[in-house]
Amino acid sequence: MIQFEKFTLSNGLRVVVHEDHSTPLAVVNVMYDVGAKDEDPDKTGFAHLFEHLMFGGSVNIADFEMPLQMAGGENNAYTSNDLTNYYITLPAENLETGLWLDSDRMLSLAFSEKSLEVQRKVVMEEFKEHYLNKPYGDVWFKLREMAYKVHPYRWQTIGKELSHIENATLDDVKQFFAKHYNPSNAILAVGGHIKTAEVLPLIEKWFGDIPPGKKYVRHLPEEPRQNEERRMEVRADVPLDALYKVWHIDERMSHGYYVADLITEVMGGGASSRLYQSLVKEQKLFSNIECYHFGSVEKGLLAIEGKLVKGVKMDDAERAVNLELEKLKQDGVTEKELEKTRNRTESTLAFEDMSVMTRVNNLAFYELLGDAGLFNEDREKYFAVTREDMQTYSQRIFDINNCSTLCYFAENAALN
Amino acid sequence: MDVMIDRTVAPEIKLPIDLNLVLPPVKKYTLSNGVEVYALDMGSEDVMMVNWVFYAGSAYETKKGVAAAANFLLKNGTSTKTAFEINDQFDYYGAHMSRNCYSETSELTLHCLSKHLDNLLPVVSEMISDSVFPAEELHIYKQNAQQRLRVNLRKSEFVANRLIDAYIFGEQHPYGKYNNMEDYAAIEREDLLPFYANYYQKGQCVIFAAGKIPYTLISQLEKHFGSLPLRRLDPSVPQKWPLQPAAEKKVRHINDPDGVQAAIRIGRHFPNRHHPDFQKALVLNNIFGGFFGSRLMANIREEKGYTYGIHSYLLNYTTESGWMISTEAGRDVSEATIKEVYKEMQSLRQEPVEEEELMMTRNFMIGSILGDLDGPFQVIGRWKNLVLNNLDENYFYRQIEIIKTISAAELQELANKYLQPGEFYELSVI
Repeated sequence: MIQFEKFTLSNGLRVVVHEDHSTPLAVVNVMYDVGAKDEDPDKTGFAHLFEHLMFGGSVNIADFEMPLQMAGGENNAYTSNDLTNYYITLPAENLETGLWLDSDRMLSLAFSEKSLEVQRKVVMEEFKEHYLNKPYGDVWFKLREMAYKVHPYRWQTIGKELSHIENATLDDVKQFFAKHYNPSNAILAVGGHIKTAEVLPLIEKWFGDIPPGKKYVRHLPEEPRQNEERRMEVRADVPLDALYKVWHIDERMSHGYYVADLITEVMGGGASSRLYQSLVKEQKLFSNIECYHFGSVEKGLLAIEGKLVKGVKMDDAERAVNLELEKLKQDGVTEKELEKTRNRTESTLAFEDMSVMTRVNNLAFYELLGDAGLFNEDREKYFAVTREDMQTYSQRIFDINNCSTLCYFAENAALN
Repeated sequence: MDVMIDRTVAPEIKLPIDLNLVLPPVKKYTLSNGVEVYALDMGSEDVMMVNWVFYAGSAYETKKGVAAAANFLLKNGTSTKTAFEINDQFDYYGAHMSRNCYSETSELTLHCLSKHLDNLLPVVSEMISDSVFPAEELHIYKQNAQQRLRVNLRKSEFVANRLIDAYIFGEQHPYGKYNNMEDYAAIEREDLLPFYANYYQKGQCVIFAAGKIPYTLISQLEKHFGSLPLRRLDPSVPQKWPLQPAAEKKVRHINDPDGVQAAIRIGRHFPNRHHPDFQKALVLNNIFGGFFGSRLMANIREEKGYTYGIHSYLLNYTTESGWMISTEAGRDVSEATIKEVYKEMQSLRQEPVEEEELMMTRNFMIGSILGDLDGPFQVIGRWKNLVLNNLDENYFYRQIEIIKTISAAELQELANKYLQPGEFYELSVI
């Protein structure tokens, strides 16, 4: 059980405080309820570009980094399709420095033209480094567009194309800030070697007078149920053929999500998992194979991907994957496999809980999902999953009409 | 609130340099065969790790790729268990068994819930004493390692990392050598067996354990490892290998004619941790390119936008080290990026670091060490680094002292001694 207390300031800012006196550190975590899914389809990649601009100076503090470093703090941030999160760790004595810095950038940014110009370039280099200059780097651009026709999960956090980032204007930046970056759309989670009674007045002092802003109400188009098989073939200058398949699964807060998570454990968790043992070790069709899901808040994807052993035919490799899925649908999982997923879940949760930063981050995330207290229910939800659930659910999702397949062929394979 | 707060004024802080950092102590035990165990009981979760370190890195192989293959295949079959049965045992208990092969050392690392330790140690013992290296498993390993290499060779950063180490230390040196396709193809089971016998079964070993440690740990380790023919790992007489640095200092390499970025590596040889300049250089490095607020980041990312990230660091080797600058920059600005790196070296040589920047660096470094002392795995990692480099906790406290007291003049002197462009290898891979 992770202990915490919850408060709401008069401007709507939700606050979660978690004491942990075994660490000398404090964590300040601000999570904004905005991700790539809230972007305009013609201005993708913006939530992430904006995250970079949050370090370019705020209305009263020209330099974010310097005072934090002087206080012995470190910080970082990330953007996903669902949310944007900023976190600081620092010696607990200097907690207030973190509150000061994060409250000022919630109040208002400096909106510097120079910062925008530089960060556009930085993000374009990030785009190149991770997606253009890498073999198979374009896979998820294609797969997301295949799997989602209307829902904004059809683009990645980095954005659809370089030009969207290139064309971002300071006006876009200001509008985005006004729409999403205010107390009504944020959660502040604070934790570590701090006392709730002492930290609350400080939170009130720095965040209490920020205007509430307008609560952003999300109206995302719902992805219609897929009811046909989707396939695509790509030929590119890569060294090996690769196979990618995705299926739609349920949203984060549903029972189905937990079932899907455990299915990925049975199929792809560790070197004794079904796909690895059968397809890499016994049949030697793949040199690596993975099964995972995206952990999305809304209806997400479960994926299987692997690189084919040279000389293996794509059809044979795909048939073997499908056969493993058929076995799961027909025979379900064994009692031992279920027990194994429970042991692995217990272990994963315990290792995650070691770090106060991860705990505080998780509390903010569950508060964003509706209630920080859900964090403590996760274990029970995993343990409630039965063998029957896993078999029924696999029958439902591993349906050819719920599947998108990308066959990635190595062009000029002879040269490799 | 009645009084408007002045947001332009920073809250008062306690300067991290005024904090008293303590490296949590470890307990040291010796098993009856001489193998030493360093144990750290720390943390509130019921989790732990055990790490077995051997002198079985690639420096000890006579044929390329053998050390890495032997290390990987420790998990792939003993005389009583198949690879699947071994993996299943770890996976079933939600444990994670990883293995890593480096230049000098090679390791096995177990992460698990403390309550399952007793079920897992016997398997590790078997892996160390009774691996059989089935031919079929070796065949799959070779095939998959070659496939992985094929993909990696398409990545400019992978190619750059291999080449720069080879330039600095020499292609025959353990820190500079790398494997090619034909090296994997040539590995035979007959190469693995004697390597395994010499460097694992009868090898030099040291054990590190951390987390919530069961009180039976030492008796369990004694039971499963104390009577094996292992020897104490002795880091006091490090083996040295001759350096054979490359003659050419500037290289431009095209790996992908259509590449949109250049992987840039600028590096030089640097003495190891026992040299009096090493710990001081860590402070200079921090200012130069060691973290987000460093000069390289401030100039080349935050001012010019040439890259998503640029870093400098001292290489984590034992008998020698190196000083490296590493970045992926836009193809059209890659030469400009290299120029700026040298400009930053020049400014550190010519101008003393200003008091405010130095103060910030001191506090940031201390704060960062404080954060790093927060978890059992990080703390045992520090101890391991000390032990394998034949150092003790005094080294840790000397580092703290240097961070707190090194002067701008000393840093400038160091910059003049080491940040000399002529001494650096300069590589760009597109």
